[in-house]
Amino acid sequence: MTDGASELLLNATDVAKHYGAVVALRSASLAVRPGEVHALMGANGAGKSTLVKILTGGVRPDHGTILVRDKPFAAHSPADARRGGIVSVYQEPALIPDLDVRSNLRLTQSPIEATRHWLAELGIPDLDLTDVVRDLPLASLRIIDLARALAIEPAVLMLDEMTAALPANLTERVLEVIGRQKGTDRSVIFISHRLIEIAAVCDRATVLREGVTVGVVDVTEGSDERIVGLMLGDIARTPPSSAATPGAARAARAADVTPRISARNLSHGTKLGDVSFELYPGEVLGVVALEGQGQDELFDILSGSERPDGGELLVDGAAASFRHPADAIRAGLVYVPADRAEALLMQRSVRENIALPFTTRFGAWGPIDVRGERRKVDKAIGTLQIDTRAASEVRRLSGGNQQKVTIARWVAGGVRTMLCFDPTRGIDIGTKQQIYQLLRDLAAEGAAVLLYTSELKEIQLACDRAIVIFGGRIVAEIAVADADEATLLRAAYDLRPEELMPEEVASAAVAVESAESAVGDPT
Amino acid sequence: MAAVPRDRGEMVESVRSWARRNVWTLGLLGLLVAFSAITRLLQPNYGPAAIQGLAIAILPIAFAAVAQAIVVISGGIDLSVGSMMALASVTSAVLMKGQGDLFGVFVVIGVLLLGLVVGAINGALVVVTKVPDIVVTLAMSFVWAGTALLILNTPGGGAAPWLMAIISGPLGSPWLPKAMVVLAVLVAVVWLPLRRSTLGLTLYALGSSPLAAFRSGVAVGPTKIIAYTLTGFFSALGGLALTATGGVGAPVPGSYTLQSVAAIVLGGVSLAGGRGGVLGPIIAVIVLALVRTDLFFAGVDPNWSTAIQGAILIGVVMFGSLVAMRKVRA
Repeated sequence: MTDGASELLLNATDVAKHYGAVVALRSASLAVRPGEVHALMGANGAGKSTLVKILTGGVRPDHGTILVRDKPFAAHSPADARRGGIVSVYQEPALIPDLDVRSNLRLTQSPIEATRHWLAELGIPDLDLTDVVRDLPLASLRIIDLARALAIEPAVLMLDEMTAALPANLTERVLEVIGRQKGTDRSVIFISHRLIEIAAVCDRATVLREGVTVGVVDVTEGSDERIVGLMLGDIARTPPSSAATPGAARAARAADVTPRISARNLSHGTKLGDVSFELYPGEVLGVVALEGQGQDELFDILSGSERPDGGELLVDGAAASFRHPADAIRAGLVYVPADRAEALLMQRSVRENIALPFTTRFGAWGPIDVRGERRKVDKAIGTLQIDTRAASEVRRLSGGNQQKVTIARWVAGGVRTMLCFDPTRGIDIGTKQQIYQLLRDLAAEGAAVLLYTSELKEIQLACDRAIVIFGGRIVAEIAVADADEATLLRAAYDLRPEELMPEEVASAAVAVESAESAVGDPT
Repeated sequence: MAAVPRDRGEMVESVRSWARRNVWTLGLLGLLVAFSAITRLLQPNYGPAAIQGLAIAILPIAFAAVAQAIVVISGGIDLSVGSMMALASVTSAVLMKGQGDLFGVFVVIGVLLLGLVVGAINGALVVVTKVPDIVVTLAMSFVWAGTALLILNTPGGGAAPWLMAIISGPLGSPWLPKAMVVLAVLVAVVWLPLRRSTLGLTLYALGSSPLAAFRSGVAVGPTKIIAYTLTGFFSALGGLALTATGGVGAPVPGSYTLQSVAAIVLGGVSLAGGRGGVLGPIIAVIVLALVRTDLFFAGVDPNWSTAIQGAILIGVVMFGSLVAMRKVRA
C-alpha cells in the first residue's frame, strides 16, 4: 500500500495465524473501500473463519497489519473490535436470551430510536421491545441483531452468514438495506455461501484459498465462475464435467433391492427443508454441502438425536420413528460424529470404549461376558489396526486412532448402516486412507454407509455416488465418475449449467416452510 | 422497566406485564399468605411479638440468600457464604467488645469493606485460575472458616448496643418489626439501583449466556469478580446480622450456605443463571421459617420437620417447573 492506503476504510495486509503446526492463515489481505459491500469468499479450510475471528477480536494474528480508517486495529474482544470500528453480526444471534430486547440494546449501548428505525426498514416494525428474547422466533433475532448493529453506525459492518436462517421475504429486505449502505462513508463485509446474494448486493469479492488471498474480483455479470475458479485454484482448469443426471445410479440398480434407508421429504426447523434420498446396502453414499445447509440436522434425525418436523423415514422398507439414539442403533443405524469427544469415554480404555455399545445393546445388566467381549474387541482392533500402546485411556491416543476407536465400536458388533459425519476432520492422511478403505470394505460386505465430508476430494476416494444439499434441499445427485472437486463445489454453491432465472434460484435456496414466516408475531 | 405509563390502560398493561414476569414471586407470596394463615390456625395468639422474633431470626439467612442470589444470577455459585458470614461476625464482635458507639460505626464500615475484599478474592480466584467456581468457593469456605476460628475460637466478643437496638423491637406499628425494615432498606438501597444500572444488566447477561454476553461487549472476567464482590458484601451484612442478633460473634458458620442455596431455588432463581431476583429468595426464607414454626406448633418431631422441609422444597420447585413446561407447550 502506497499513497492509495488512505482511500481504504479497512486495510489488512499479510495477516497470518498458526495453531501449533497448523497454518490457518498464511498471508491474507483484505482491502475495503468506503461505501462498498465487499464479499469475503473461500471454500472450507481456506482461512475465512480465522480472518473473521481476527477482525472480531476472537483471536490475535501472529503477524500482519490491520488498519481501520488508517488507525491500527488490534482487538482482544468484540468490545475492542467495536471501539476500533468493526461490528459483527454472527451466524448465531448474540442476544441474551433472558433479557428483553430493550435491555439487550442497552447492553450494547445501541441507540433505541435508530434501532427501531432499522427494525422497521428490515420488515418487523411492530416488534415489542419488552419481549423477552427467549420467546422470539429465530429469524426475528437475526433481524434485531442486524438492526442494532446498523444503529451503531460502525465504520465496517461484518455480516457472517447472516441470511442463512432467514425466510425469503426477510432475506430480500436485508439485502435491500445492505445495498443502501453503498455510497455512504461506511462499508459492509458480506459473507455468504449463496453466490446469488453476492451477485445481488456486493461490489467486489476477496477470495481466500489455503490461507492466502488469491484474488479480488469486481462483482459483475458472470463473475461467479471467476470466483469459484479462484476458490478452486489449479483444479478449476479442468473443464467442468457434464451435467449431473439424478437418478442414473438408481436406475442401474436391480429393482428388487430394498433400500436400507429411504428418506422422504424430511424437514427440521429452518435449516432442513425437504430432503429425500435412498441409501442402498453395499454402497457408500457421499453427502456434500457447504457449512450449515441442513446436513447437521439430517444426521441428527437419522441417528435418533432429533425428531423430524415433517416427512418420513423408512428403514429396510418399514416406517421408523426414533425417539432416542438407542432406537436408531436397534434399527442398525450407527453414528460416527466428527467430534470424537461426542462419542467416546475419554478417560476409559480402548477396550471398554469398543465394548460399550454392544454390552448396552444386549441389555444384560448382569455380569459381562468377558471372553466373548474380548474376542470381538480384539477382532475390531485388528481390523482397524488401532495403535494400542496408549490403550488405557482413549484421550491419550492420537486423533486418528481415536476416530478408529469410534468406528471400531460399531464394527465389533457388526455394521448394517453407518452414518459418518465428517469422520476424517483433523486427522492425518495415512489414517484417512485407512478409514476410506474400511468404509469400502464395509460396503463390500453389504453394509450401507452415508458419508458427509467437508473435503470434496474424499468423495471420489470413498463413495459410489454423492448427493448435494443446499439450503436444506438436495440440489444434485452426482455419479462418482463425474464427482471431481470442481463439479462438486459448483453444485454445492448451487451453480447449475442449465440457465435458471436468478430469482428462481434464490427462492429455491431460501424458501422455508416452517412457521418462521410469521416473524415478528410474538407467540 | 417499561416506558412510563401514560394513561390508565397502559398502566394496567404494565402491571399485567410485571405480573407475567414475576409469576414465581407472586406464587411465593400466595404461599406466604397460606402459611401465615396456617400459623394463626395452629397458634391463635401468634402475634406481634412472635413476628418480631421471626424477623430477627431470619435476618442473617435473608442476607445470605441475597448474597447467593446475586452470584447465581451471574452464572456462578458461592459455597463460602456461610464462612464469610462467620468471618464478618467474629471480626465485628472482637473489635466492638467494650468499645463506644462511634467506634462501632467504624467497625461496621470496616467489616463491610472486609466483605468486599473477601468476595473479590473469591471472584479473582475463580476468574484467574479457571478452576470451577464450585471447587474454588468450597476450598475458600475452609479458608474463611479457619480464619474466623483463628480470630475467635468460641462464641464471644460483643456487639455495640446501637447495632442490637436497630433490629429489635417494632417501628411504629407493633406489626412492623425493625429487623424487617432494616432488611428492606439495605437490600433496596444496594440492589434496586444496581438492577437498573448497566452493571446489573451485565450480571444477568453473563448468567444467561456467557457467549452472547461476550459478543455483546461484556467484560466477562471483571463482571464475574464484581458479582462475587457483591456476594461478599451481603455475606458481611449477614455476619453483622449474626453479631447483632446474638450479641456475640459466631465463629462456626452453621448451615447458612446450604440454606441460602435452598432459599434461592425456592425463590425462583435459576441455578443455570440469568433468571430471578432477590425478592423471591427473601420471601422464600420467610416461608421456610414459617414452615419450621408451623411444624413445631403442630408438635412434629424436629427430625421429621427437617425432612418435611426438604420435601416441600422439592415439591414446590417441581410444581413450578411443571407449570413452566406446560406454558411452553401451550
